[in-house]
Amino acid sequence: MIAIERVEKAAYDIMVKAGIEIPQDYEQGIRAMQTHEKGDLSYFVLEAMLENYDAAREDRRPMCADTGLPRYYVKAGNEARIEGGFIALETALRLATARATQDIPLRPNRVHPINRQDNNNNVGINAPEIDFSFEPDADWIDITTVHKGGLFGTDYRMLFPGDGIDGIKRFFLDVMIAFGKRGLACQPAIVGIGLGGSKDTCMVLGKQAACLRTVGDKNPDPEIAALEAELKEMGNSIGMGAMGFVGSSMVVDCHIEVGYTHTGGMPMSVHSFCLSSRRATARVHNDGRIEFRPDPAWFTPYMRRNTVAWQELMPA
Amino acid sequence: MARTDAGIKTRRLTVPILDEDLASLEIGTVVYLDGVIITGREGVYKRVIEDGEEIPGDVTARSNVSFHCSPAASIDEQGNYSVGAVTATASFRFAKSLPDWFAKTDCRVIIGKGGMSPKHYRDIFVPAKAVYFTTVGYGTGALLGRGIKSVEDVFWLDELGIAQAMWVLNVENFGPLLVESDLKGNSLFEQNNKEINANIDRLYEDLKPPSLSRYGETDNKRDELI
Ligand code: SF4
Repeated sequence: MIAIERVEKAAYDIMVKAGIEIPQDYEQGIRAMQTHEKGDLSYFVLEAMLENYDAAREDRRPMCADTGLPRYYVKAGNEARIEGGFIALETALRLATARATQDIPLRPNRVHPINRQDNNNNVGINAPEIDFSFEPDADWIDITTVHKGGLFGTDYRMLFPGDGIDGIKRFFLDVMIAFGKRGLACQPAIVGIGLGGSKDTCMVLGKQAACLRTVGDKNPDPEIAALEAELKEMGNSIGMGAMGFVGSSMVVDCHIEVGYTHTGGMPMSVHSFCLSSRRATARVHNDGRIEFRPDPAWFTPYMRRNTVAWQELMPA
Repeated sequence: MARTDAGIKTRRLTVPILDEDLASLEIGTVVYLDGVIITGREGVYKRVIEDGEEIPGDVTARSNVSFHCSPAASIDEQGNYSVGAVTATASFRFAKSLPDWFAKTDCRVIIGKGGMSPKHYRDIFVPAKAVYFTTVGYGTGALLGRGIKSVEDVFWLDELGIAQAMWVLNVENFGPLLVESDLKGNSLFEQNNKEINANIDRLYEDLKPPSLSRYGETDNKRDELI
């Protein structure tokens, strides 16, 4: 049984860590991009961002004042039991969000969409979102928090099978150009693409591809991995860099996730996880141990299964 | 690897920024500020412009710089403010408030995210002898937070909340900022966009358009959405 107090502590600790410490894979990705950047201004922007990551770590202050929308992803092992059950878990995550908002401090970004009421703690109706997934043969829970900037860099379009790879490339370019100008998307970004599924699944997959896969990770399907590489290359050859200045730094990495979709359609979503790509993961073990993990490892083989029963994939 | 930003000029300016300093600023210059700056966005504009409320005290006499942002701040039990980080918000949304804002406050510098459209510079900024500094990144919240030495005051905190209140900030070596527009209305973003736009048709050359098109205000990739 996992003690609920350990769940709250892990949720709080990762919220602090995400707000202050840029993930290593992303920082290394930016450093690598900078070595290829020929645009003076774009180069300067990347340099300032690298200094900003240092300043945040040294002073223990948030890297970006725009908290984005802080939220959680929980992967529960099939054998995990949580003290108080899932209601207690959701309560603990809301409590951790409110505490971290006051302590770090994070900007209280969450408001009612119509009357704009702000509870000043990033908690409210349907906030923070908590997405769940499951993992066979495990008794731990993984909690990941993501603080993603929200206003620019995302779009959705219903394409059709006949539009093919050209259609995917065009829509990708459309989004990069539309939100890349003036750097509205705060690029270079991890660009996540959802392909297929129902409309809502398409959005969710793309968002999770951007926020829950590390820079350098490739989709296990070689055909999809090749498309990821091609789109990344394409984004970086628009001629645009950081802040929309002349340059090449647009896409730190491109991640694609797919879902089986309507036979007549090919929905596509694009999401940009910005220069303050804030994510942190902790595993809470059955004995209460909290272990920070650099990779959320959200898209497991189980998540991407293509068979009726999970066991069919297992070796005999 | 040689640094490629060697050609970029840097200047440090004191607020209120003097006319001659404003006149000599070139787009693409990196700027750091010392003095007092005030924050403002939807909530502040509504109170000052639509509701016609006066800005308390003499801050507008001591500062001609206003910042489109809201800080990541919190207030402890003793009523002390702590500002962790500060990041600009996209400025184009506030264009309609700026003519009155300039007239009422003698503001000469707007700091924000992303700049304004060339038309806004021509029609609003140039007549007000005002320029625009953009923050960098734009996520340099920790660096900008370091430059805030103290919170001198905060207005309408109860009514508007932390994110929308007007914060009066004492800053030192506050930056980096980039000069995006000058007194003539030249714009760094516009200059860069022109160069990038020249390449855009080539990107789409071999890609057939999708079978179902979409309504939209523009489909021209040279246009901007702001
Ligand atoms: S998009 Fe990201 S880096 Fe840019 S302001 Fe928002 S949170 Fe900060």
